[in-house]
Amino acid sequence: MTTSVKTSSIHKKNPNKRVYAKQNMWTGILFGLGIVAFIDEVVFHQLLHWHHFYDKSTTDIGLVSDGLFHAFSFIATIGASFLLADLHRRHAFWLKRWVGGILLGAGVFQLYDGIIQHKWMGLHQIRYGVDILPYDLVWNILAALMIILGFILIYQTSHERKV
Amino acid sequence: MHTHEQYSATSLQFFLAIPFILLFVFYIVAVGLSNRKKKPWSVFRLVAWSFGVLCALLATIGPIADLGHMNFSVHMIGHVLLGMLAPLLMALGAPIKLLLRTISVYTARKLTTILRRNIFLHFVQHPIIASLLNIGGLWVLYTTDLFLMMHENMLLYVIIHVHIFLAGYVFAVSIIYVDLVIIRKSYLYRTVVFLFALAGHSVLAKYIYANPPSGVPIDQAEFGSMIMYYGGDTVEIGLISILFYQWYKKSRPILNNGKDGFAISTKKFTVAGTDIEEVKRLNANAGMSYREINEWFAKKQSKAGTVTKKR
Repeated sequence: MTTSVKTSSIHKKNPNKRVYAKQNMWTGILFGLGIVAFIDEVVFHQLLHWHHFYDKSTTDIGLVSDGLFHAFSFIATIGASFLLADLHRRHAFWLKRWVGGILLGAGVFQLYDGIIQHKWMGLHQIRYGVDILPYDLVWNILAALMIILGFILIYQTSHERKV
Repeated sequence: MHTHEQYSATSLQFFLAIPFILLFVFYIVAVGLSNRKKKPWSVFRLVAWSFGVLCALLATIGPIADLGHMNFSVHMIGHVLLGMLAPLLMALGAPIKLLLRTISVYTARKLTTILRRNIFLHFVQHPIIASLLNIGGLWVLYTTDLFLMMHENMLLYVIIHVHIFLAGYVFAVSIIYVDLVIIRKSYLYRTVVFLFALAGHSVLAKYIYANPPSGVPIDQAEFGSMIMYYGGDTVEIGLISILFYQWYKKSRPILNNGKDGFAISTKKFTVAGTDIEEVKRLNANAGMSYREINEWFAKKQSKAGTVTKKR
């Protein structure tokens, strides 16, 4: 009895969340991609000055990749915020799935940044004048953890959907 | 840079500034004229236009223009003002719409037809072409000797500055639709084009950091590059937010009385499901009030003998 009341109240709160399951996930992914790039810019570039604006070892492809991701992260953050507002006004917000999307997006970007941009394209390093290995390890393992957690949350919510 | 050029530099600045002053005067006159016959023109548009002109004037005349010849960082401030901020704000002023409501209905219709059929405008208002003109033009300016030549040749200086402003304006107009739109593209299409344009701008800014244009000292290039990078970001955040806000307004859910949820109480709807506020907004420039239009429709419908259903 109590459980049925509980579920019905949840249903009433966001009755359309299952219809907009896809939008919940993608809003999260875009927001995650954007927000991690924003944190990167504010914390590591501006506040700590660990990262450098430009590194002499930067390759041309690294510059293009950086420019594209920089533009993409801005557009994704702002776009995801409007999509989130759209979900709320449609009474379709699904917190768990949205958070799953954020973790997935943030993890994917951080892994891409840590492995492809920092290492392969030589854009810049996490920190200069120190032993870089622990920094790289923490960076990339954190990214991998976020991806795994994101996948679990999205898998769980997808599974719920079918029931 | 050179003292013997001082006099001609001042006249050059006035030559670039006068069109903007004239545009501002025309705009004010048009607002005054059309307000006598029609609903008051939006104050927001007037303010946007005024600040847009102010930015353009700051970049073309006075200390920024003076120092821009010698200092690349200052030149970049001028570039952000003239090529990005001024065009965006002036585009928000919707000058063509203002012009159309100021002139007679007959002339306005004729002008709209001419504008809509103009192949050049079709070409230039396409988001991809506009982006290429804007960002591509900058790449040519800063990666070739054009930048050095610009400061030695007066005509080239004028042409490049006019191009920077016009390309910026055309770009803003191709991404956000507030004025008369010649060709329409979807929100996603415009977002993707915008993404590549913004990336092109950021890449160029970082490229300048390491490869200064000829004749520019390295420290000025580094600082100027950062102004271009972060200044550009700031303006582009504004532009993309406006685009997404327009999407947000347009894609609002339609009232659905059949199912629960979708309780949109803030909006006023008629029995037939018409959004009154939206109709009012669309009719703002029609010259008739909401009541007048309703009466007009009622007359038309009673003539045609349409049976109106009542729920």
